[in-house]
Amino acid sequence: MTEDLTREKAPASAADVDAQAMDFILKRNLESWTAEDQAAFDTWLSQSLAHKTAYWRLNAIWSRADRLSALRPLKPQSTSSRPGPSRRTTILKVAAALVLFAGAGGIASTLLSGPRAQTYATPVGGHKSIELADGTRIELNTNTVLRARVNAQHRVVELLRGEALFHVKHNAAHPFVVIAAKHRITDLGTSFVVREKNDRLEVALLEGRARLETTDAQSSVKRVAILTPGDEAVATQQKMSITRKSNAALEDQISWRRGLLVFHRATLVDVANEYNRYNSRKIVIADETAAARVMTATLPTNDLTTFARIARNFLGLHVEEKGDEIVISR
Amino acid sequence: MIETPDTNCRDVTANDSSGAERSLEVETWFVREVLPLEAVLIQFLNRSGRSKADVEDLRQDVYMRVCAAAYKEIPNPTRPLVFTIARNLLIDRVRHEQVIPIDVVENLDVLNVAIDERTPDRTVIAREELRKLQAALEKLPERERAAIIMQKIDGLSTKEIADRTSMSERTVRRTLNEGFRALAELMLREPTDMRRGS
Repeated sequence: MTEDLTREKAPASAADVDAQAMDFILKRNLESWTAEDQAAFDTWLSQSLAHKTAYWRLNAIWSRADRLSALRPLKPQSTSSRPGPSRRTTILKVAAALVLFAGAGGIASTLLSGPRAQTYATPVGGHKSIELADGTRIELNTNTVLRARVNAQHRVVELLRGEALFHVKHNAAHPFVVIAAKHRITDLGTSFVVREKNDRLEVALLEGRARLETTDAQSSVKRVAILTPGDEAVATQQKMSITRKSNAALEDQISWRRGLLVFHRATLVDVANEYNRYNSRKIVIADETAAARVMTATLPTNDLTTFARIARNFLGLHVEEKGDEIVISR
Repeated sequence: MIETPDTNCRDVTANDSSGAERSLEVETWFVREVLPLEAVLIQFLNRSGRSKADVEDLRQDVYMRVCAAAYKEIPNPTRPLVFTIARNLLIDRVRHEQVIPIDVVENLDVLNVAIDERTPDRTVIAREELRKLQAALEKLPERERAAIIMQKIDGLSTKEIADRTSMSERTVRRTLNEGFRALAELMLREPTDMRRGS
């Protein structure tokens, strides 16, 4: 009987199987990962129990090694959250969602002329860094589309969807403008992250200074706010609010740069929404009780398995995989 | 004595939802209960005097059989099953390799008794885990260590590491592949792991 088992599966040497498992883990985490890749991986996993155990073992180590990110120096280090005058870069975060077709609307259309537009995009689960002609660097998070019209004199980027981190090369004579959810962010000497979410804009400034301008869709009333480090502004078409966040909270917010999601006492609904931005397999919370549960964890953006395990083993919830969905219930 | 399981893996990986859920349970159990035994298991397999590649293949075989059993029923306790399977596997191999003198088979029972019975500490606190990771990193060859640091600490992608090191992306991939596999061995087999809690 035991020989049957061995002969039937005929796994390659442990070294080869481990290398294959590791290749999948690396590709999924560090490079593009398409539906075809997922299918190939699923097939490979189903071929032998040796493949599964190799993957489980190495993936466990891969996740444990994420703890090394604790050694990463934080960008905005000063406890005072006010950067020293010598600090040249800033991070501003804005989020935008469905403004796609709305275009720039009331925003001065002249801004959108100028150099030829270049479009950059990432798929669900993607992460990409680009450098523009003026030296500005932009990191695109998952499922993001942005259009840049940039040269030395004219610098406008429209965030059409998703989230991006901007490290702006400052030039007082030619300010860098980001347009998202019909709002306008002008860099006043920094870098920043922008996220668009259901027609609203979120901007979190980690360093430097930026100006946020919003125009009310109905009354055309203009609101302007100057953001300083630690400020997070949320602007919808009707209103704008600004709250102050700690450096640690801001750093957590851009943990996607490291492929991680950081949750501090987040409800399961929020956790599911975050995960669903990064994965084509979706988490579905089936009932209110499960939705209201709270968890604190740092997890890889694409690691639904670990999330499912936490829901099951630590929160004691029922986890069921149905096709492309992971359904969580009481 | 526990029988070596003979489950056909195709049965247990059926693509229905209960199969996927079962898989998750087995994985959870495997990571929590079996992986912490790797240090002792390797120590045990090493005593058979086999080559490193052989020992790794045996480890793979043990894991495969242990998980085949777990798909039927999650074993509790885990440890006796793992070592019974390892021991049976060694006896099997010895019987099929006639060049090996027969007294090795008898010695296997001695080995079995000599298994380190101390339980590894599974509740490693964050700081301790970080210290372990750092210690493991220090034992890696320079190139692998640098690549892992760039990936896990600086958060760079394969391409970004390639750009910074003037290695080709292919080489970066291979370096990370080998690096993380070596890291797995160091993390799972660190000797202090076995001594703690004794």
